[in-house]
Amino acid sequence: MSSATLTPPPAAPGAPLTKKALTADHPTWCPGCGDFAVLASFYRVLERLQYPQESIVTMAGIGCSSRFPYFVNTHGGHFIHGRSLPFSAAVSLGRDDLHVFVFGGDGDGFSIGGNHLVHTARKNVNLTYVIMDNFVYGLTKKQTSPTSPIGFKSKTDPTGAIDQPINPMRTLVNSGATFVARSHATQVNHMIEMMERAARHDGFSVVEILSECVEFYEGAFDGANPRKGGQFKLIENHDPSDQVAAYKLASEPWPGLFGVFYEATRPTKNALEAGLIAKARERTKGAGDLELLQASFRKAR
Amino acid sequence: MARGGTDCDTAPHYPHQITPVSIMVSSSSEPLTDGAPAASVPRSLQDVVIRLAGNSQDGIQTIGGFLARLAGRSDQDVMTYMTIPATISGGPSIFQVRMGTGEILSAGDQADLLVAFYQESYASHIGFLRPGGVLIYDSDHVKIDADDHRFTPVGIPITGRTVEAVGGSSKDKGKNLFVLGLLARLFELDVAKLTGLVKDRFGGRSEDILRNAMLAFDAGYGYPSDNLRQSFFRLEAPAATEGGRPKVTLDGNTALSYGLIAAGVRYGAGYPITPWSSIMETLRTELSKYGGIFVQTEDELAAISYALGFSYAGHLAVTGSSGPGLSLKMEALGWGTMAEIPLIVINVQRGGPSTGMPTNVEQSDLLQALYGSHGDTPRVVLAPKNVEECFYVALEAARIARKFSTPVIILSDQGLSSRIEAFDEPELEKLMVDPKLNLSERGLDFKPYPLDRITKHATPGSRIASGKYPTVTGLEHDEMGHPSGNSAMHQKMNEKRREKLKALAAELPLPEVYGDAEGDVLLVGWGSTWGPVREAVGRLRAGGAKVGQLHLMHLNPMPLGIDAIFRRYRHVLVVEMNDPGIYGFGQMAMLLRAQLAMPHIASVAKTDGLTFKVNEIVVGVNKRVDLNREGARA
Ligand SMILES: Cc1ncc(C[n+]2csc(CCOP(=O)(O)OP(=O)(O)O)c2C)c(N)n1
Ligand code: SF4
Ligand SMILES: [Mg+2]
Repeated sequence: MSSATLTPPPAAPGAPLTKKALTADHPTWCPGCGDFAVLASFYRVLERLQYPQESIVTMAGIGCSSRFPYFVNTHGGHFIHGRSLPFSAAVSLGRDDLHVFVFGGDGDGFSIGGNHLVHTARKNVNLTYVIMDNFVYGLTKKQTSPTSPIGFKSKTDPTGAIDQPINPMRTLVNSGATFVARSHATQVNHMIEMMERAARHDGFSVVEILSECVEFYEGAFDGANPRKGGQFKLIENHDPSDQVAAYKLASEPWPGLFGVFYEATRPTKNALEAGLIAKARERTKGAGDLELLQASFRKAR
Repeated sequence: MARGGTDCDTAPHYPHQITPVSIMVSSSSEPLTDGAPAASVPRSLQDVVIRLAGNSQDGIQTIGGFLARLAGRSDQDVMTYMTIPATISGGPSIFQVRMGTGEILSAGDQADLLVAFYQESYASHIGFLRPGGVLIYDSDHVKIDADDHRFTPVGIPITGRTVEAVGGSSKDKGKNLFVLGLLARLFELDVAKLTGLVKDRFGGRSEDILRNAMLAFDAGYGYPSDNLRQSFFRLEAPAATEGGRPKVTLDGNTALSYGLIAAGVRYGAGYPITPWSSIMETLRTELSKYGGIFVQTEDELAAISYALGFSYAGHLAVTGSSGPGLSLKMEALGWGTMAEIPLIVINVQRGGPSTGMPTNVEQSDLLQALYGSHGDTPRVVLAPKNVEECFYVALEAARIARKFSTPVIILSDQGLSSRIEAFDEPELEKLMVDPKLNLSERGLDFKPYPLDRITKHATPGSRIASGKYPTVTGLEHDEMGHPSGNSAMHQKMNEKRREKLKALAAELPLPEVYGDAEGDVLLVGWGSTWGPVREAVGRLRAGGAKVGQLHLMHLNPMPLGIDAIFRRYRHVLVVEMNDPGIYGFGQMAMLLRAQLAMPHIASVAKTDGLTFKVNEIVVGVNKRVDLNREGARA
């Protein structure tokens, strides 16, 4: 990117990045909402990664969960419903020096943003996407979501949901995401581990975190919470590069398995685009911007 | 395109207003314009309109393009017009080239020469040939009406001669080059340059293809046409332009793409749709040379989201589409206004609504561009008047987007997108903008949304001295970007977003009036109607009326002082290619009436999917204004 010269920022003061520095506005979530634990875990992940504070970008779409960026003291943005992935993909592609994290809900990611999810996965853009899945539309107050189970009674399905829900892990594995994991907001250490591995992955990495909406779908994830008599079953003896096996694991009945379903190395769009630039530059023998455009006009004489 | 000497004093004077602009080639020995050098041959042409009519697979666009490029290279002024069938292959297709030595403003209302490849082409286009014009037809395919004596028909076995020249194997491929050779001979075009262009185009392919192309060309060139030549055509050699800049010939979409590059735009995203696609195709290949990226996205919603993301990341970005795609971008555009993100959005307008007339021209997206979003979203909207301005409008859009931290919409149209014009090569050394990221530390007083200043976002990667990092947001917010439901704050922020566009309006220069500075009629236009309107002004003035032209590039906000200009005319007629609607006013006319509350603003509007003919404007004005009476007083 010689045409967009990077002026390095003044040297970081050197102080390690702490939860204190990362804390911004107090979250506006309902007391007991699962999203608090996701936020706390994210601070811990950033403390471990120790990226320079100014190089972190926290993005989101619209929803309760998508309020996330206001609560993290980094650069970031609160975009429109369902389209934070294409926005964030551009941030990642335009700026390889930044670390891009995207947060959102099940409606944001699988319904209105479903097409973008598939295409960001296909393109394998280098960023980390955390879906806080509560099986319901929280912000708009209890409508059926694309992950609501059949029979779930909502304001739009008072007699119970009838449409088959999306299986997030299967959708992601199919679409070409190169890191696909599942966690649970009550399992803090597991959540931290999954998010950290996702962040360190080169490519499009996704973690679905079951995060309870205490207001509109209480107890939704008790089945996977040992403290509520459920079972938190980890993936074991699985080769995460085996796509077919990942698909099968993702088809386990409720509450399913937790851990990394799929992890693979595939060239990122970031690297592929950089390759195109390098090739073009080779052909034009490093000509400057002015020279290049002058040459184009000369051809039109 | 403009050359010197086109202000009102030296504009051509026409004997009376209905005289066609095209020149009567076979009769007059008068010099055709004031100040034009006396012609060495009586039948000298100042400009000529050639229409080629055939089917799309005949390569008509290719030879039309060659003619236009050649005219541009030879320092002729040139403008083309073409229709491409909406169907993928086959179907009737035309290409029209107008070239000449003066300033060419429109593609021409009538043709001096029609080349008809098929019976259907003859039937559909003979009405476009001016009386006294020349009809060249393929006598292998066309039977003409022998009783029609309005034209000079010239039958040439184009198909047969081409097959003969090229040899049987390639059927009738090459007819276009045969015709090109014929035209080169008729108009004494620079054959060396022309064959150079042909070789550029076909040379990269197999040797057979180039050889066949040249065989067909030579056959056309060698076809006995001296009679025709001597009795009809002699295109004036243009006066040599000394010290002038070289001419370039480009279509509008390419000019716009190059303008973006000159403006320092290195990133963008789009989804294909005619007639926008060629911009994204050009940028996709060009930008990588400059270290940038253009992304083909899954849809238009993603395209504008990517573009906003690039801009947020510090690289002013472009997205674009045509009407239906602009509609899809509207929600994100609202976010761009609220979050105050610089952005360039191009809309190459076509006939609507819906899929409408995808390969025809229209200017019916003006109101969509200004108001097609939710909430109060003050918009910057610009429109280029011709191909040359497609280049410069991109620079202006980028300037405004950066300075005022706002999305800017450019309204081009299908006519501009594909037509080829010659213009002075831009002075790139002076114009090129070098894009730079500003990653300097932002001071203790940094606020993303200050109420007393124009927003200047901190690019991610920059340290913030206060330690408080900003969130760009579509929620109403306070100065620090925190969500705010405070009604007074919402009002203040609406004011902030509005006032910056008023500041922009205050710095815009008032466009110059062409023609009479006061009088009977002011013709107001925007976008690609500029050329035909200007020619219409010439004709109306020649008829004795006092007529001026005001053309707007900044459609919103407008420069201040337009009302004072309007007051100097008895009638203000807004010429535009959209429907006058239920209340009788086209979209711009309606806006101007609403803004200025002046009852003497009216409309000349149409939606037949074609560029305005000069005569349509003249007739439109005469229908609304009794110029004979008013003009008599002048
Ligand atoms: C274009 C658009 N359509 C609809 C909405 C309304 N809306 C806001 S959030 C939301 C659903 C949120 O559900 P989810 O993404 O699951 O997030 P949650 O609140 O459950 O965390 C909807 C429908 C909107 N803001 N924008
Ligand atoms: S409504 Fe549900 S998802 Fe939203 S904050 Fe409250 S508990 Fe959380
Ligand atoms: Mg939800």
